[in-house]
Amino acid sequence: MILDLIEFLRHRLKRVIQVCCVILVLLVGFDALLLDKGKAHTAAENMWGFWALFGFVSCVVIIFVSKWFGKLGITRREDYYDQ
Amino acid sequence: MINNLWLHPGLILLAGALVLPLVKGRLFRPYLLLVPVLAFGAVLMMPQGGYGVVPFLEWDLTFGRVDRLSLVFAYIMTLMCIIGTLYGLHVDNPFEMAAAWIYVAGSLGVIFAGDFLVLFLFWEVMAFSSVFLVWFRDRPESVWAGFRYLLVHAAGGMVLLAGIVLLYHATGDLGFHQLDVTRPTLPIYLILIGFILNAAVPPLHAWLPDAYGEATVSGAVFMCAFTTKTAVYALARGFAGMEILIPLGVVMALYGVVYAVLENDARRLLAYHIISQVGYMVAGVGIGTELAINGACAHAFAHILYKGLLFMGVGSVLYMTGKSRFTDLGGLYSRMPRAFVFTLIGGLSISAFPLFSGFVSKSMIVAAGFDDHLYWAAFLLTLASAGTFLHTGLKVPYFIWFGKNHCTKDTWEKAEDPPVHMQLAMGIAAFLCIFIGVYTPYLYDMLPYAAVYKPYTAYHVTESLQILLFTALGFFVFLKKLTPKPVISLDMDWFYRMGGRVFLLGAKKGMDYLSVRAQQYLGQALPRSLNKFSQSGPARLSLLLIRPLWYLTGVPVKGPDGVEKRFTDTFNQSLFTIGSSAVFIILVLMVLLFFVT
Repeated sequence: MILDLIEFLRHRLKRVIQVCCVILVLLVGFDALLLDKGKAHTAAENMWGFWALFGFVSCVVIIFVSKWFGKLGITRREDYYDQ
Repeated sequence: MINNLWLHPGLILLAGALVLPLVKGRLFRPYLLLVPVLAFGAVLMMPQGGYGVVPFLEWDLTFGRVDRLSLVFAYIMTLMCIIGTLYGLHVDNPFEMAAAWIYVAGSLGVIFAGDFLVLFLFWEVMAFSSVFLVWFRDRPESVWAGFRYLLVHAAGGMVLLAGIVLLYHATGDLGFHQLDVTRPTLPIYLILIGFILNAAVPPLHAWLPDAYGEATVSGAVFMCAFTTKTAVYALARGFAGMEILIPLGVVMALYGVVYAVLENDARRLLAYHIISQVGYMVAGVGIGTELAINGACAHAFAHILYKGLLFMGVGSVLYMTGKSRFTDLGGLYSRMPRAFVFTLIGGLSISAFPLFSGFVSKSMIVAAGFDDHLYWAAFLLTLASAGTFLHTGLKVPYFIWFGKNHCTKDTWEKAEDPPVHMQLAMGIAAFLCIFIGVYTPYLYDMLPYAAVYKPYTAYHVTESLQILLFTALGFFVFLKKLTPKPVISLDMDWFYRMGGRVFLLGAKKGMDYLSVRAQQYLGQALPRSLNKFSQSGPARLSLLLIRPLWYLTGVPVKGPDGVEKRFTDTFNQSLFTIGSSAVFIILVLMVLLFFVT
C-alpha cells in the first residue's frame, strides 16, 4: 500500500511538483491576505510572507555557512584517525 | 528503598537485570517485556510525596522525591524502556539488555533522587552501564569509542562530585533543590559543568556523536533517550532561570545543525540533532519561566519518543543491511517502505510539523523566549528548527530511501523491512508522536506547572508551515550541495584523541631522551668521576697539608719539574695508593653516614 502510493506519486512527479508550488503560493497568499497578525511577536512579522522568507533564508544560510565551516579543515578523509 | 509501600521503579529494573542472565528458553522474551512493563506500572500508580528515606552515616538519603517534575520524566523514561526493549527483542545477549535496564534504572534513580549523594550514585551508574551498549557492538572502533565515552563521563562525574562536596562544605545541606543561580559560586559552577557535560553542551559534547554512532542498534535507541534528558531534568530541578544557559542552549541548537550538514553517517547525524534539540531544552531551563520549564519538560518528553523512533528507523536499516552511511545507501523505498514511513513520522515530529509531537512542545520554548523579549534567542532557535527539518526531516529519509542508489548488490538484497517486533516498537512510538501532536491534553496535563499554552492558533500554524515548506523548497533547490560525501568531520574529540597521541609520542620521546641521558651520566660520567675522586683523593688530601711547607722552603712547586708533579707520580705508582684509597673511601663514607644520620 505504501509502496503503491510512492510509485503513484513518482510516476506523476511533475504534477506533484506543480501541486507543491501551488501550496507554497497559497500559503503565502493566505499569510498576506487573510491571516490575523495580532499574535505577531515583532513588527517585522507584519510583512507578508515574513516566515516564508525566514524559512528559505535560514535554509540557505545553514547550508552555506556549514559548507564554509567544513572547508576550514573540519571535514577530513574517513581514515583520518586511523593514520 | 521500600518505604510506605513505595517501590522504586529503578529497583524493579535493577532486580530484573540481575535475574535476566538466569532466565533461559521460552521464558526469556516474555520476561524481557514483563520487567519494563512492571516498572512503568509502578510509575503510573505512584502517589506524590517523599519516600525511600534511608539513614546513612550522618545523613538521611532520599531515594524517592516524587512530584510533578520527576513524574513526567519517570513516565516517559519507563515508557521508552518498554519500547526500546520491544525493539531489542531479537538480541540474544542477555547482558546487553541487562546493561540497558541498569542504565534506565540509573536515570530513574537520578530523577527520584532527593539529595546530591543519591543523585551522584545513580549518575555514575548511568555512565558505567551505558558504556556496555557501545562495547557490545563488538567492533574495534566501538571499544575505543566506549573508552573515550567512559573517560569523559568519569571526568564529568569527578567535577560534579567536587561541586557537591564543596557545596556541602559551604552550606551543610545535601538536598537537591533549586540552587542560587543569581549569585553562583564555585561549587554551583562545578555542579553545572557536571550537568551540562551530560547534556552535551559544546565544548563538552563530543562524546555523544562519538559513542552513539558506534553503539549497538538497540543500544543507541536507549542511549539517545536517557543521558541527555536526565541532565535536562537535573538542570530544570537545580538551575531554572540561570541566564548563561540561554546562550549555551542557542549555541547547542545551531552547533548540532551545522555538523548535521557535514555528516555522512545517518546515526551520527541523528546524534548531532540530539545536541540541537537538547539545546532548546537547555535554553528553556535558562529562560526559567513556568511556560519555559513546561516547554523544556514537554520537549524532553516528545524528544525521547521521536528521537527513539528515528534511531529505531535508521537502526533497522543498519540491522538489516549493516550500513548506516548515506554513501552506502539510497533508493531503498521499495525494499523498506515501512521503515521509511516510521522514520518520516519521526522526522516530521522532530521538525515540529503541525499535528506531530514537536509542534506542541518545541514551540512552547520559543514562545517563552518571545514572551520574555529574548528575540535573538527565539529567532535563532527558529532558524535552527529550519535546519532540523532540512536534515532529519528531509536529508535522512531522502538519501536513505530515495536519491542516488549507492547500495551494493549485497546491501540491496539484505534490505527489507525489519522483524515484526521492531516494526511494532516503531509503530507504538510513531502513534505516540502523532497522538501527542493531535491530542494536546495528554502531554500538557502531565507538565509540572499550570502555565497555559495553545499551539494551534492560525498564526502559529501558518508561521510553522511557511518556515518548513520554504525550507523544503530550499532543500530541493540546493539538493546537489547537500549530497553527502564520504568524509568525517573533526569535532572536540579531536583534542583528546590527538591529545592522547601527543601524550604517547611525548612519553616515548621523553623516555628515550631520559634513557640516553641516564646512560651518559649515571652509567658513565658519574662512575668515572667517583673513580677519579677515590683514586686521587688521598694524594690531593696530602697535597693540601704539604703544599704550605713547600712554599715555605722555596722549592719550585708548579710546572712539569715541580715537586707537586713528582709527588703525585710517586704517590700513584706506589702500593700505598691502594691502601690509602681504601682508607679514604671508608673515611668519606663514615663522614656521609655521620651527616645523614
